[in-house]
Amino acid sequence: MTRPPTTMPVIFERSMPGRIAAAPPAPDVPDVPMETIVDAEHLRNTPPTLPEVSELDLVRHYTRLSHRNYSVDAGFYPLGSCTMKYNPKVNEDAAGLAGFARLHPNTPAPLAQGALELLWRLEQMLCEISGMDRVTFQPSAGAHGEMTALMMIRAYLEDRGERRTRVIVPDSAHGTNPASAAMCGFEVTTVRSDARGNIDHAALRRAADGSVAALMLTNPNTLGLFEEGIYEVAEIVHNCGALMYLDGANFNAMLGITRPGDQGFDVMHMNVHKTFGTPHGGGGPGAGPVAVKRLLEPYMPAPTVERDGDRFLLDGDRPKSIGRVRAFNGNFGIFVRTYAYLLAYGPLLRQVSEAAVLNANYLLALLRPHFDLPYDRRCMHEFVLSGRRQKEQHGIRTLEIAKRLLDHGFHAPTVYFPLIVSEAILIEPTETESRQTLDAFADAMIRVAGECATDPETVRNAPQSTVVTRLDEVAAARKLNLRWTAGKEGDS
Amino acid sequence: MLRVAGVASLEDLFAEIPAAARMKRPLELPPALPEGELLDHLRRLADKNAHADHMVSFLGAGAYDHEIPSVVWRLAGRAEFVTAYTPYQAEVMQGELQAAYEYQTMLCELTGMDVANASMYDGASALGEAAVMARDLTGRNRVVTSSAVHPHYREVLRTYTRHLGIEVTEVPHRDGVTPPGEIRAATGPETAAVMVQSPNAFGCIEQGAALAQVAHEAGALLIAAVAEPISLGLLRPPGDYGADIVAGEGQPLGNHLNYGGPYLGMLAARREFVRRMPGRLVGMTKDRDGRRGFVLTIQAREQHIKREKATSNICTNEALNALAAAVYMAALGPGGMRRVAEVNARRAHYAMERLTAVAGISRAFAAPVFNEFVLRTPLPPDQLNGRLAEAGFLGGLALGAWYPDLPDGWLVCVTEARTRGQIDAFVEAVKEAIVR
Repeated sequence: MTRPPTTMPVIFERSMPGRIAAAPPAPDVPDVPMETIVDAEHLRNTPPTLPEVSELDLVRHYTRLSHRNYSVDAGFYPLGSCTMKYNPKVNEDAAGLAGFARLHPNTPAPLAQGALELLWRLEQMLCEISGMDRVTFQPSAGAHGEMTALMMIRAYLEDRGERRTRVIVPDSAHGTNPASAAMCGFEVTTVRSDARGNIDHAALRRAADGSVAALMLTNPNTLGLFEEGIYEVAEIVHNCGALMYLDGANFNAMLGITRPGDQGFDVMHMNVHKTFGTPHGGGGPGAGPVAVKRLLEPYMPAPTVERDGDRFLLDGDRPKSIGRVRAFNGNFGIFVRTYAYLLAYGPLLRQVSEAAVLNANYLLALLRPHFDLPYDRRCMHEFVLSGRRQKEQHGIRTLEIAKRLLDHGFHAPTVYFPLIVSEAILIEPTETESRQTLDAFADAMIRVAGECATDPETVRNAPQSTVVTRLDEVAAARKLNLRWTAGKEGDS
Repeated sequence: MLRVAGVASLEDLFAEIPAAARMKRPLELPPALPEGELLDHLRRLADKNAHADHMVSFLGAGAYDHEIPSVVWRLAGRAEFVTAYTPYQAEVMQGELQAAYEYQTMLCELTGMDVANASMYDGASALGEAAVMARDLTGRNRVVTSSAVHPHYREVLRTYTRHLGIEVTEVPHRDGVTPPGEIRAATGPETAAVMVQSPNAFGCIEQGAALAQVAHEAGALLIAAVAEPISLGLLRPPGDYGADIVAGEGQPLGNHLNYGGPYLGMLAARREFVRRMPGRLVGMTKDRDGRRGFVLTIQAREQHIKREKATSNICTNEALNALAAAVYMAALGPGGMRRVAEVNARRAHYAMERLTAVAGISRAFAAPVFNEFVLRTPLPPDQLNGRLAEAGFLGGLALGAWYPDLPDGWLVCVTEARTRGQIDAFVEAVKEAIVR
């Protein structure tokens, strides 16, 4: 079944000289030659080769592109660890209010009281949910939050005269954890997981000495399992003088059920875009605010949001601060969505986690007869299967199962992560999906598992129903083409 | 569902959490609000802010109030773009991937560089990452930055480099621009990069080519920061004057002010540096049937493969803002980008001439400017701004907080979004405020 090789033009191929979709206003001021305003040597000689299109050309191009995208609003997105939940539309309206979207970041605090009040109130709520004491809003994403948190830990330790060089990261951790540790100048010590999927306590004890600054732990971890011995872990870490850092990527499983601050964690980041309802935008923007216990407060990036009676202000006077990690005060537009989400739920937030965990356990029960289950425990909001059986019995790799699911109309789960499970399939249904959707997805997974035995060629050749068939990633990396150049098919 | 899942109750689902760690009380949060009340509350908060529809704004300094054609967010805001994830399954994400590839191309064209990534967090953090990139590329451990680079960018640069053994040296500006001779004196065989911004934090246009030459003579890279990319419709792009890496802020390209974020970190570089670039890159390839398609490429640089040896830890980026920037650039095209830049320059210069005709106000620096400029005011700028606010204007930035040697420095910004009528009214309000 080969379809004709039709391609969607890139926007540069739609370009017709002289067309324009949006015309800037006329200057309406005295018409002086540009060279008298800016010296000729500073002027651009050749215009950028941008597309020249009418508004309708532009609308059709991007509308057609949008049709070539899989999105939550169109279908189920069971990407483990990514928490692709449906996000209420009212959040978008809230963030779009002119008083937020059109507010300049250099507006003096007395003229930005609404925005500062929102941040102050949001900080209170995030502290209550996390069991922490303060929040910095600067980090722009989860990994940015990891880096910020580790820098605060380092500053805290150095303030105490301690130069600790290592960070412990379990082998099940997100790849950003070691990368963030490296950005802060730490060496990474990897500690393995035990047979139940918890961090191995004996290995942790061996690794934990006076050179350790922190343990970076995800809980529930990337296997979808709660660290059963979390208090023992915290004790080992604190006993060696190090701090407990929580990667909050899986926070959606514990809202109102358990708080990191009560489990012994000293600092955490929150992927508010995952947990508190912001659409992912095809890869961002998100936000990664970091919540800390009181001991790290002096080291937070400046400025912080403070309240003085009925006035709200930005406090930049923080002599022990690690410094800024971005210009201005964080991805504010995302915090408007976060705030709206939290106000819509209030104490009912607990039901979000209950439904997320129930959905995951329900889906796991439907799928467990058909795939290997490396850790047979109660899962939290996600669970990891293995395609080992399909690989050994039918020679089908997990990647091919993922591609075949696309033909069945579903986005694939996360595959090959966590790294410690062979042929890993990490599934996270989230709380917003109905039982009917979960049933339909389970049916598709089971059908593909069956096809591995009865029709392996079809699985290997998947996907076939998508706008392109399997793409050659090796060729893309070998012969890099990262930009369009007319006539050269875009050789970079 | 509980029965199928094999549990007796919802509480049972959480049995593996130690009892001591389980919450025994409800969260103390405000009661859940229905949608109408929620929006009402948010509108009340929004209305407390002096936003750009409410006050006539002459504030810039790293964030710019430009007109955003309606078509930009009507398209970038389509649910199929907004509610998608990072394109890990390329076959069903061709829309996002092609849009990112087109964005990379447009950014290369605008900056005059060879390769661009699919976005960073913001301009300041992009500059921090660029310093790390330069260290890796040159094997040298010092960067020299002009003090005329945006103060936030320099703060972030210090935060990013502090623990990586990269030493930052600052060279003071002279009359609002970076003196090439002093940059030369500060560079040496250990210098990985020279960092300048143009137009800089004072709105002044730098002698880019001379600074590039100084950097290159020392065997260092020139990293050009860009805070106002609209200027590149008119001004010589960094690639043209010899920049090796461009780290910039893309907010002015169709993105809202948003009280500082989400913004768009732009990163572009020379071709040979591509494997040292942080962030995601989208490449063109073919499918099994020979059709053109797009994928995330050379991912081996990234943290999910290389972990602590990755080029950076950036993961979630600002893809949607990059998409909006692409739609914006495509909407204007080369002619529109030139025109909008010219309107910025013309109106800003008109405003500058009118304001400097006011008794007691003078230009701080003589260097050419694009759409913002520093004035010296007879009244402390904070006080002047306070009086202007009463008249419905957001005045310029009081520079003293960033540059203590400029206590009377007032950084005024005029974009194409300010009409001649608004400029004239602003000048009158300034006159009144000063004589009052």
